[in-house]
Amino acid sequence: MKFQITINKKKYRAEKGKTILQVCQENNIDIPALCYHSDLDVKASCRMCLVKVRGVKGLVASCSEKIKANMDIITESLEIKKARKINLELLFSQHREECSDCVWNYNCELLRLAKKYNVKINRFVDRKSSYPVYRFGNVIEFDSSKCIDCRNCVEVCHKQGVDFLEVKEKGSLFQVVPSKKKNIDCVYCGQCINHCPAGAFETVDEFENIEKPLKQKNKIVVVQFAPAIRSSIGEEFNLPQGKIVTGKLISALKKAGFNYVFDTCVGADFTTTSEAEEVVKRIKNNKNLPILTSCCPSWVKYIEQRYPKHIKNLSTTKSPQTILGALIKTYWAQENNIDPNKIYVVSIMPCTAKKYEIERPQLKVQGMKSVDYVLTSRELARLLIKKKIDFTKLKPEKADLMFGNPSGAGVIYGATGGVMESAFRTAYEKLTGKTLKNVDFKPVRGMQGIKEAKVKVGSESRKVAVINGLGDAKKFLDQKNLKEYTCIEVMACPGGCIGGGGQPIPTSNEIRIKRAQSLYSLDKQKKVRKAHENPIVKKVYKNYFSQNKEIAHEVLHTSYSKKPKGQVVKL
Amino acid sequence: MDIIKELKRNNVLGRSGSGFPAHLKWQIVKDCKADKKYIVCNGSEGEPKNFKDKYILKNYPEYVVEGIKQALGVIPKSSAFFYLRKDYYRKFKRRLKKHIKGLPIKLVKKKGGYLAGEETVICEVLEGKNPEPRIKPPYPCYSGVFGFPTLVNNVETFYVAGKIAAKEYSNERFYTVAGDVKNKGVFALDKNSTVKQILEKSGNYPDFDFFVQSGGGAMGEILLPKELNKQVFGIGCVVVFNKKKTDPFELLKEWTSFFLAENCDKCTPCREGIYRIDEIIRSKKMDKEALKDIYFVLEKTSLCPLGRNASVPFKTLIKKIIK
Repeated sequence: MKFQITINKKKYRAEKGKTILQVCQENNIDIPALCYHSDLDVKASCRMCLVKVRGVKGLVASCSEKIKANMDIITESLEIKKARKINLELLFSQHREECSDCVWNYNCELLRLAKKYNVKINRFVDRKSSYPVYRFGNVIEFDSSKCIDCRNCVEVCHKQGVDFLEVKEKGSLFQVVPSKKKNIDCVYCGQCINHCPAGAFETVDEFENIEKPLKQKNKIVVVQFAPAIRSSIGEEFNLPQGKIVTGKLISALKKAGFNYVFDTCVGADFTTTSEAEEVVKRIKNNKNLPILTSCCPSWVKYIEQRYPKHIKNLSTTKSPQTILGALIKTYWAQENNIDPNKIYVVSIMPCTAKKYEIERPQLKVQGMKSVDYVLTSRELARLLIKKKIDFTKLKPEKADLMFGNPSGAGVIYGATGGVMESAFRTAYEKLTGKTLKNVDFKPVRGMQGIKEAKVKVGSESRKVAVINGLGDAKKFLDQKNLKEYTCIEVMACPGGCIGGGGQPIPTSNEIRIKRAQSLYSLDKQKKVRKAHENPIVKKVYKNYFSQNKEIAHEVLHTSYSKKPKGQVVKL
Repeated sequence: MDIIKELKRNNVLGRSGSGFPAHLKWQIVKDCKADKKYIVCNGSEGEPKNFKDKYILKNYPEYVVEGIKQALGVIPKSSAFFYLRKDYYRKFKRRLKKHIKGLPIKLVKKKGGYLAGEETVICEVLEGKNPEPRIKPPYPCYSGVFGFPTLVNNVETFYVAGKIAAKEYSNERFYTVAGDVKNKGVFALDKNSTVKQILEKSGNYPDFDFFVQSGGGAMGEILLPKELNKQVFGIGCVVVFNKKKTDPFELLKEWTSFFLAENCDKCTPCREGIYRIDEIIRSKKMDKEALKDIYFVLEKTSLCPLGRNASVPFKTLIKKIIK
């Protein structure tokens, strides 16, 4: 049902059930909203989105007020302006400005509004200047002196089923703090970074050490980039959301000084091939089913810490970046006569937890770390800006041979359902010995938190589930009978890696859909759409793995164990 | 007896502070279509210096329970919670249980501080959540505890309903008189009494230079002796201050301490505004411009009534006494 309403004397028709803010945003009417995030519940706490509704006393928070028929709304007036200005000054009084190294990269909403409302940002003395910075593991930094108490981080952490960030009363004021509970730990998904309007969260080294990987002077620096980066990094340079920029990205990496550029999607093709083999084996032996995907390090950590009884279900196949890293330091080094100790592998990841993943001792290959350094999408963008590389003007280039050409299956790894779809394309053929004609596995695509599908493999019907968002994974584990399922894919972040904690800000469901669609369109254009048919996969399996069984196992597989709580340091 | 009609005829307004017509709330909850409905008797008064609900619970529990019984009778499919401050719960539990007997009224201990007496916070607490206010609308009468229509009324409001049911109601209201007075206490007087009448009739009219805080011990407004022909609003509390003996800055600090401790820190104007009022008062450099701005956002933009009314005492004391 639609209502007629009036906004600033102009008539609009708007859908029943929508809030004033939603209708205004749809019609490009600028209303400041800081605590509002389309992924989260309406909290109406920042008191910036105030509007006037004729017949209603005082000002109304447009984020929480639903439209009614014939509502007459004013979004700008002297009174509204004054209220927003003062509330903004109060918000700034708790936010220590450190704009030069903020994840918002001057696209900050606080700053934009400060200009618009002529705000004196230092009218009051920063009351939080002595508040601490916390470091969670080697991944996330939380500078509580920048927090404006919207509590989006606490909510998103709860939504993720993690509950590591808490609100604690200290004196007469509440503060966001990391949990001290023994069994509650951060999984480094980084969703707090993506949902904080004030830039209080960032990854470790996001500003201080972004050039570190390029300073490895006597090394050959090899970079790989994850599936999800190609349809998101452009956003950092004001290109349209979800635009595919693979060629420019490769060109930028080369310009930045990386010696070789490889595509992590090729690593994904190896992951798929190995994981499909595992599925086949487990089905045959009817052991450790369902198989749980293990490409997402936050999910793996979550299982190791909170659901250790399911450790045996995790696929032992490594994640794409660590397989490719391992291949670079073994096969590629051997083929090119390079001393593997001279190779320094850098991954460009949409993910914050990948920084943690590469430190896992179980991922070493021949005693070496398979990946030496991880930069998030945001960090790469910052590096390019720092190096004055004009991303938008770059001429597209191709990735280097050997690990430069993935199958379509490898590309869709970046979206929720992608791992399942890829594995299905391969496992189906291995289980039935038949060629899979229609490779599209549509029921597992899309942004729904929990997707379930039944697949017919030969005479058997099997149930699979695909989950994005750890909170939904927790619900699934707690409520469902896992034994009914054969495969379960879980990605900690909403939408999968394209919605990862290392991705460009802002994020929303709409943005995530665009990023995912681009990956599916790339898959469609590919000639080779099954991981095991990628020529390099075939070649490595045939010429290398078959002769080096031990190394093959080291390259492809890892192990898991129950984990104690990670370190939280107060800086 | 049609109790809702009687509440209307007697023009009974809620006695918790906001003064919403009682019969309207009752009617709305009665008329809502739902499988279940809740009634909450709010016995969680927490404003400093006020203790009229305690007085009622001590002296007239039977009328309060009778009032709840009336609500249970008129609202189909309903059950009730008797929500009590921790100390009141301890003190009056036994006495109330005696009167409740077999009625579906559950005694519940309050969780949290002053704010946990606000109706939407009560709904949160009764659902086992943190004591924080909800966004309104929806109002509890439409969607309260666990999303069911919920009638939240103050102890005194139910007392009035009980009195009406017993045909004994005579327009009385309970006033707390506190501060620098000889005869501290709670007095039942006509509900339209002025501050002056209350002080006179309770034998408390001062013979020294004074000012009063009328309404509540934190949220009430400051009145000068020449302004006492006003009715008392809010929770019906009158606090007398001996002007000579009162340090207005200490009083301001008392209030900021109360608000800082008791607000929920959720919305910007209340969390940051009161913090800055406190800072300004303690610096003794009265930044009038800043104070005015903070009052403005408190009144116009706070999420809940606590913030919206918090400016009143500061504004009136600074204007009338400190100048």
